[in-house]
Amino acid sequence: MEPETLLSADRVASVEPGTASAGAAPVRAPRPVPERSGNDTLGPQTGPDARSDVKIRVRGLNFHYGKFQALHDISLEIRERYVTAFIGPSGCGKTTLLRAFNRIYELYPDQRASGEVILDGENILDPRQDLNLLRARIGMVFQKPTPFPMSIYDNIAFGVRLYERLSRTRMGERVEWALRKAALWGEVKDKLKQTGTQLSGGQQQRLCIARAIAVKPEVLLLDEPASALDPISTAHIEELLDELKKDYTIVIVTHNMQQAARVSDYTAFMYLGKLIEFSATDRIFTNPQRKETEDYISGRYG
Amino acid sequence: MLGVFGSHVDRETREIALRVGRTSRSRIGDALFVHVTRVFALLVLLAVVGILVSLTIGAWPALHKFGFGFLVSSQWNPVTKTFGALVPIFGTLITSFIAMLIAIPVSFGIALFITELAPVWLKRPVGTAIELLAAIPSIIYGMWGLFVFAPLFSAHVQPWVTEHLGGWPIVGALFQGPPMGIGIFTAGLILAIMVIPFIASVMRDVFEVVPPLLRESAYGLGATTWEVVRGVVLPYTKIGVIGGIMLGLGRALGETMAVTFVIGNAHRISPSLFMPGATISSILANEFTEADGRIYTSSLLAVGLILFLITFIVLALAKLLLLRLTAQEGRRA
Repeated sequence: MEPETLLSADRVASVEPGTASAGAAPVRAPRPVPERSGNDTLGPQTGPDARSDVKIRVRGLNFHYGKFQALHDISLEIRERYVTAFIGPSGCGKTTLLRAFNRIYELYPDQRASGEVILDGENILDPRQDLNLLRARIGMVFQKPTPFPMSIYDNIAFGVRLYERLSRTRMGERVEWALRKAALWGEVKDKLKQTGTQLSGGQQQRLCIARAIAVKPEVLLLDEPASALDPISTAHIEELLDELKKDYTIVIVTHNMQQAARVSDYTAFMYLGKLIEFSATDRIFTNPQRKETEDYISGRYG
Repeated sequence: MLGVFGSHVDRETREIALRVGRTSRSRIGDALFVHVTRVFALLVLLAVVGILVSLTIGAWPALHKFGFGFLVSSQWNPVTKTFGALVPIFGTLITSFIAMLIAIPVSFGIALFITELAPVWLKRPVGTAIELLAAIPSIIYGMWGLFVFAPLFSAHVQPWVTEHLGGWPIVGALFQGPPMGIGIFTAGLILAIMVIPFIASVMRDVFEVVPPLLRESAYGLGATTWEVVRGVVLPYTKIGVIGGIMLGLGRALGETMAVTFVIGNAHRISPSLFMPGATISSILANEFTEADGRIYTSSLLAVGLILFLITFIVLALAKLLLLRLTAQEGRRA
């Protein structure tokens, strides 16, 4: 599933700051054969050809840490079952943007978002949203592996138990399924009772991915998932993303431009809290429309 | 030219000299430091052993005279000079048990509220209040318990409890007796108030060191605050939590003044929590000055020794528990 085989130029538009919120919606086109059923609650259709497979639609998103404004009027669309990467120099707001998608920032009282983040037609930022249900639909994996202080098995089962009541056998199957998906099963199947903290860093991170997908979310948010890992573990994780995007909508924040180029179908380049350019990954890297993007990907700053 | 060369040599020599001087001086300093700190550390050991030895020597006449019976006899008769430690041992254990029963959940709630739920502006005042509570001298708690709490308790709570719960089978026996306000239960309650600040602040501190990312991962799965606390925060901090509880228990077992004020000081074991009793430390505080005769004093020292041993056993059990917990989950990477 190489991006170039799927995307022609007319399906892709770059979003420029300022004009973006006007509804010049990028990236909207019919996709061949959406395999997953039961998910036809589509977002508000904004155009005649909007047989929308947009999963998350961000409109006019502003974000503040106390008095500091970290995001300025971000608008973009995340397509279902593709990998979208956010790149940009440190402090550009890419992680902040990601953290708005499951409102995890709300754990911290001085952080606020305004605007709209629409997931399947519902505004995530609406205070009436049930946060716990929302977060169960959107999995998240963090920069550093965060295994819970419990056995490998329980690490996976923890999230599942929150929302499903499974028999012992079914739970065992689910744990195995998640671990297989995360390409970890072979390495841990004989030590499911051991603590997750005893695994190596790369294994821990795959455990966290398994934990996130075990609850069968629709979207997977990855915040620099490989930044603390060695090259081999990184390669493992990147292969995994390729596999996972058959079922999940994936958004990944990365410092590593090569990684963005390798794993993503779409790339958003952010700088100083603004979305500078958003387009198909190969286009961003071969033919950037904006000077800043070009400077960044050619290593002139960042 | 020569001058330049000379000054260069000079500087080098001086530098070497300085360096050598510093090395040898710091070596002496280091050695001195090692010895001094070692002496300090050994002093602690010496004090513990010294107390144990002198208590044992002092308690020997009583232990020799009453033998094992000293532990299981509830006699405490200064006139006939027969003494047994069962009443104060029972009182010490039961008041501490009541204190823990109340203090652990309350402290847990306080710590949880401060770390997970409180709005920012409330965190600091509540946290400071907890620490202030820990700074109040125990005699103040005792006086407050005797003059303020006990009258209110006997007028408004005790009659109601005795009337409504006193009739129940088995449980009813715990709430019999005249509403005096003072007694085993009041002592336990005052103890609970006294140890809550210690347990709560340790719990708060350990809850606060849970890595934010770990917390976020659990919330990110859709867990509620309670699920995050039960599933992740508590398992992650259990060693610290148990440590905090043990700190509180240690204090409760040995607390003297407050308990002496409110326990009623009666040498009697009663099934009712509303009846007066005695603890080891309350007996010591009350009777040491008036103890006449070698056997009386020796018996008091013997109960002191028993308190020492109880505390030691409790701490040892806590250590064992922690070791087992760590072994169970393997080492944290």
